[in-house]
Amino acid sequence: MSENIIDVSDKTFDAEVIKSALPVLVDFWAPWCGPCKAIGPVIDAMSKDYAGKVKFVKCNVDENQLTPATYGIRAIPTLLFFKDGKKVEQIVGMVEKSKIEAILKQNT
Amino acid sequence: MKPTDYDLVIIGGGPAGLTAAIYAARARLKVLILEKSAPGGQILVTDWIENYPGFPEGLTGADLVEKMTAQARRFGAEIETNQVVSLDVAGPVKRLTLNDREITTKAVIICTGASPRKLGVPGEAEFYGRGISTCATCDAPFYRNSVVAAVGGGDTAVQESLFLTRFAKKVYLIHRRDQLRATRILQERASENDKIEMVWDSVVTKVNGTDAGVNGITVKNVKTGETKDLAVDGCFMWVGILPNTAFLKDAVTLDKGGFVVVNARMETSVPGVYAAGDVRNTPLRQVATAVGDAAIAAFEAAAYIEAME
Repeated sequence: MSENIIDVSDKTFDAEVIKSALPVLVDFWAPWCGPCKAIGPVIDAMSKDYAGKVKFVKCNVDENQLTPATYGIRAIPTLLFFKDGKKVEQIVGMVEKSKIEAILKQNT
Repeated sequence: MKPTDYDLVIIGGGPAGLTAAIYAARARLKVLILEKSAPGGQILVTDWIENYPGFPEGLTGADLVEKMTAQARRFGAEIETNQVVSLDVAGPVKRLTLNDREITTKAVIICTGASPRKLGVPGEAEFYGRGISTCATCDAPFYRNSVVAAVGGGDTAVQESLFLTRFAKKVYLIHRRDQLRATRILQERASENDKIEMVWDSVVTKVNGTDAGVNGITVKNVKTGETKDLAVDGCFMWVGILPNTAFLKDAVTLDKGGFVVVNARMETSVPGVYAAGDVRNTPLRQVATAVGDAAIAAFEAAAYIEAME
């Protein structure tokens, strides 16, 4: 995992995501999920391209069940994009890199 | 002939694309794989592959992809996350327009695979990711001790339903006919599993739910016309696939279902353009058939390029 991506937990979600000054892309994943594993390097690469503009975080839904439940997440990978503490975009499943980039571009 | 950026461009990085790359790179072609997301394709969502020879204990789709990707890279294949927006393949120099640039190549192998088909019933799109899923390995753990529905009767539907029973307390397997299409060993496992309840001769007509997600589905018996509501927390859909060929437009001949038409040499209607794997007109869509197609396609592409030069 790239040094530009930090792990968040149920405990740190508020501080790292909701109160973040930068917009945040949250990647909900789990070790059992093949597509999550596959899409990891794609997100890693984007975290470098958008360093300083967008904060990238990962939330392991196996270890943290409160946060995914709060956002009604019942499928992974799910990407949520937060701006000023509010969820503005949701992407479910393994999608094209260009689709994720379009959201990042539009919000930075 | 003018030099091109690549000898061979492979569109799609699933088992077919990765295998074509292994063969082509070993033939010392300059090869690029274009993958829109991450290598793997549909087998990433496969919980357990136990019919691919050489792995007697079976393995996960993600593990198999990782091995294939490493193998392709080992022989020098380049893998790039990018997409073909449009293409002009009629002449000897094939031009592909990507998200950020145009590239040229002598030959192309189309390995873009297929995607799960949607039922197209009310609520399905609305609740996608909030109770509607096509990936048991990804999402089954969200349904611990829950009641879920699975729709379909083929290998995927039955195999993934069996996987769901590891988490859910009950799985309704809804099939539009009165017997399964899945391979016999999977049928046997399904009928022996106490957690699976078959709902024969039935189709889903509606997905029900609230802001919190799915809480039920409406099913209709196609023989009696009777409808009933089933209370479920989730519904997994495995009702066939659609080929990923929209980007091709009229570049090569497609069949009525949109699959690329090829001959036994994996040649499409256009010289120098081949197709392999789930995207082509084939009676069987398996990892084993995809890699076989791809080996032929890469071999033929190499011969085509050599003949050109």
